[in-house]
Amino acid sequence: MMSLSAAKFVEPLSLHHRSNGSPMSFNAFTPFLGSTRKLRLIAPIKLNPRSSSTVVSVSDLVKDQKRKSTTNLLITKEEGLVLYEDMVLGRSFEDMCAQMYYRGKMFGFVHLYNGQEAVSTGFIKLLKKEDSVVSTYRDHVHALSKGVPARAVMSELFGKATGCSRGQGGSMHMFSKEHNVIGGFAFIAEGIPVATGAAFSSKYRREVLKEADCDHVTLAFFGDGTCNNGQFYECLNMAALWKLPIVFVVENNLWAIGMSHLRSTSDPQIWKKGPAFGMPGIHVDGMDVLKVRQVAKEAVDRARRGEGPTLVECETYRFRGHSLADPDELRDPAEKAHYAGRDPISALKKYMIENKLASEQELKTIEKKIEEVVEEAVEFADASPYPPRSQLLENVFADPKGFGIGPDGKYRCEDPKFTEGTAHV
Amino acid sequence: MATLCQGLGVVIPLSSSNSSNFRLPSRRSISAWKDGIFVVRSDARVSQVLKTGGPNHELLIPNAVATKGGSSVASTSKPGHELLLFEALREGLEEEMERDPCVCVMGEDVGHYGGSYKVTKGLATKFGDLRVLDTPIAENSFTGMGIGAAMTGLRPVVEGMNMGFLLLAFNQISNNCGMLHYTSGGQFKIPIVIRGPGGVGRQLGAEHSQRLESYFQSIPGIQMVACSTPYNAKGLMKAAIRSENPVILFEHVLLYNLKERIPDEEYVLSLEEAEMVRPGEHVTILTYSRMRYHVMQAAKTLVNKGYDPEVIDIRSLKPFDLYTIGNSVKKTHRVLIVEECMRTGGIGASLTAAITENFHDYLDAPIVCLSSQDVPTPYAGTLEEWTVVQPAQIVTAVEQLCQ
Repeated sequence: MMSLSAAKFVEPLSLHHRSNGSPMSFNAFTPFLGSTRKLRLIAPIKLNPRSSSTVVSVSDLVKDQKRKSTTNLLITKEEGLVLYEDMVLGRSFEDMCAQMYYRGKMFGFVHLYNGQEAVSTGFIKLLKKEDSVVSTYRDHVHALSKGVPARAVMSELFGKATGCSRGQGGSMHMFSKEHNVIGGFAFIAEGIPVATGAAFSSKYRREVLKEADCDHVTLAFFGDGTCNNGQFYECLNMAALWKLPIVFVVENNLWAIGMSHLRSTSDPQIWKKGPAFGMPGIHVDGMDVLKVRQVAKEAVDRARRGEGPTLVECETYRFRGHSLADPDELRDPAEKAHYAGRDPISALKKYMIENKLASEQELKTIEKKIEEVVEEAVEFADASPYPPRSQLLENVFADPKGFGIGPDGKYRCEDPKFTEGTAHV
Repeated sequence: MATLCQGLGVVIPLSSSNSSNFRLPSRRSISAWKDGIFVVRSDARVSQVLKTGGPNHELLIPNAVATKGGSSVASTSKPGHELLLFEALREGLEEEMERDPCVCVMGEDVGHYGGSYKVTKGLATKFGDLRVLDTPIAENSFTGMGIGAAMTGLRPVVEGMNMGFLLLAFNQISNNCGMLHYTSGGQFKIPIVIRGPGGVGRQLGAEHSQRLESYFQSIPGIQMVACSTPYNAKGLMKAAIRSENPVILFEHVLLYNLKERIPDEEYVLSLEEAEMVRPGEHVTILTYSRMRYHVMQAAKTLVNKGYDPEVIDIRSLKPFDLYTIGNSVKKTHRVLIVEECMRTGGIGASLTAAITENFHDYLDAPIVCLSSQDVPTPYAGTLEEWTVVQPAQIVTAVEQLCQ
C-alpha cells in the first residue's frame, strides 16, 4: 500500500565510510566522497511515470541515457541556458553579497550558497509560479531561483524599504507572496512544518474546496543538521500519513557550522529515513544540476499526482564558510578542493559545450548579463531609502486593532503617533 | 506595599465555610457531573439542577460591555437557548465553519474522538476528516503546519489538548506565529486561532495545571483572550476565527460545564474589549477566566458586608483594554487584581505595570495583585487549594484595600 520502493535499494557498496560507533577524535577526518556510491535497484528501472512511483537512482539513469545515444540529451538548449543563467545568477549574487558585507553594507548573519546552486536551480526551475518554496537562512538563491528580482533581495540585505520584506526580515527572512517564497527561517527545522502546512493547504483546496486543478507542490529545503531535529521527523510522518504534495530536499553539505554530519548523526545516510516513514528516499549527486533535475522531476510529478511526499538527499557542498562570520578552519582543504573541482557551474558549462548545446560565447554573454543584473541590484539597493520611522509598527499585526484600546477609548492604531511610529504600544 | 498581598496567606478552606448553599462544582470529581447539571449564576451562586428543566430567566447576565455598545443579552427580544460552555464553543466553531469553508480544525483527538473536552464533537462527521484533522502527537509541527496553512489561505483553529502541551509548540508560536507577518514585511498574514484548556483543574498535577498566558504575553504580534462564560466563549471564538491576527484563546478546564442562556441570533464579541461584570463604586476588581467566579463569590460576601466592588473581566489578556479599566480606576481609585497566573511575570504583573504607568494619579492606594503562588501545582487537594486564590483571600484583600 505504501510505496516501499526504497526497500529495493541495496546497501551502498562502500560501507567503510560510515562511522560505526567508533568515537571520532577531534582532528580525525573521514572522507565522505558520496558520489562514488551506486544505488542499484533489484527491480528493473521503470521510467513510465504512470505505472509506479518507483524513483530510480539517478546516476545509473544518466549513465544509461548517455550510453544510448548522444542525441538523447537530458535538456534542450533553451532549458540549458535557463539553468546556466540561474546558477550563474546565484553565484554572482552571493559573491557580491560577500563583497558588500565586507564593505559594511549589510550586517548580521549572512549565509552564502556558493557551491550548492545545482540544488536550487535543479529543483526550483521545474516549479510553476503557484508552487511554494520554503527555505532556511541560506535562502537568497532559493528566492532568486523562484523569481524574486535580484534588486529586491539585495535591498532586503541592505535593510532598505524596497527589500522583498521591506527591510524587516533581512538575510534570513526572504519572503515573496507573489512568487510564493514562504521564507526564510532563522531557526533550523522551523520552516519544515510551515512547508507541510502549505502542502496541506494545497491538498485542502483540491479536496475540500473542490478546486480540482489545484496541484500546487511545496518544496522544503533544509540541511543535514536539520535532519537530527524533531520537527523533521514529525513532518515526514505527517506528510507521508496524509500524502501531502511536498518534497523534502536535504542539502547535505556535510557540515553544520563546524559539526561534521558524521559526528552528529548515528546513521548518516539521510535518504534512508524516508522509507522509515513510508516515502521514497533518494540520494543524488547535488553537484550535478542535470542529475538533480531528473530526480526533482520525478519527485515533483509524484507530489503533483497526489502520491505523496518524497525525501531527496542532495549531496552537495558549500564553498564558503557557514556564514560570513565563520572562519571555516575545520574543514579539510583536500575536501574543499575535491568539491571545488566539481563546481556545478563548470560542470554544466562543460556539458553544454561538449554536447553542442551552446557556444562558449553564448555562455559568456549570459555571464556578462548577470554581472550587470547584480551590479544594477546593488545600485538599486544603494539608492533605495531606509525604512522610515513610520514603518516601525505597521506590520506587527495584520489587523492593527490588535494593539488594543488606549486609555482614551480609541484604538491605539488610530493614534497619529502610531502611523508615525513613535507611539508606545 | 507588596506586603499586603503576602499577608493574605490566611485561607479559610471553602469546604468548612458557612456557605452550605454553594459549593464550587470543582469540589466534586468529574464523575459527579453525570448526576446533574451544575448551574453557575452570574453572582457565582452554584446550584445543582437535577432535572434538565432549565433555570429561570433571572439568570440573564447583563453582559453590557462598558465602552462600545456591544451586544447585550438582556436587550434581545428572543428567548435564546441554553447550553454549556463547551457547547457554546462548538456552536461558535460550527457556525464559522459553515460560514467560511477555509476554516478548519487541527489537533489531537479533535476528529473522531470529538475533542477531549467535547468541543469538536460531531464536527468531523459533518465536515470531514480533512477539515477536522486528527493529528499525531507533534505539537510543534502541527502548530507549524497550521501556521503554514494560514499563510497560504486557510483559517485553521489549532487545538492544544491542554494548554500546557503548547509549550512544545513555543518555537512555532513565538517565531512563526507572532513574527512572520512582520519579518515578511506584511506579505503573509496568519489568521490562526490557537485554543485549549489551561489553568488549575481538579488535582490534575503540576504539568496539566499550567497557565501559559504568562509565557506567551511577551510575544509580539499575537493577541490573547480568555473566555469565562458560554456567552463570551462563543463570541470570542467567532471573533478569533474572523480576526486576521493570530489569536490564542485560553479556556479553563473547570469552566466547560458552565451553563448559560445565550442569544439565538448571531453575535461576535470584540477581542480587545473587557467585560463589565458588576458595576460598583468602592474598588475595581480585575480578573479573568475562572477567577471571575471566585471574585463573584467574594463579591457576594462583600456586598453583605457593605462594600460595592466593581468587577471587570478583562477578557483580553493581550492587549489590555485600558479604556474600560481606566474608567473604572478613575471612578473607584482602588484596584485589586485577581488572577490564576503565577506571581512572577504573570498577567497581573503586567497589568499592575500598565495601570501604574497610565493611571498613577488616580490611585488612592497601591495596586494589590492576588495571584497563584510560585509553586508547581501540587497533586494533593489541600495543597492545590492553597496555591490558588480563594474567595476569602479576595474578601480580606478588599477590606484591607478599602481601609
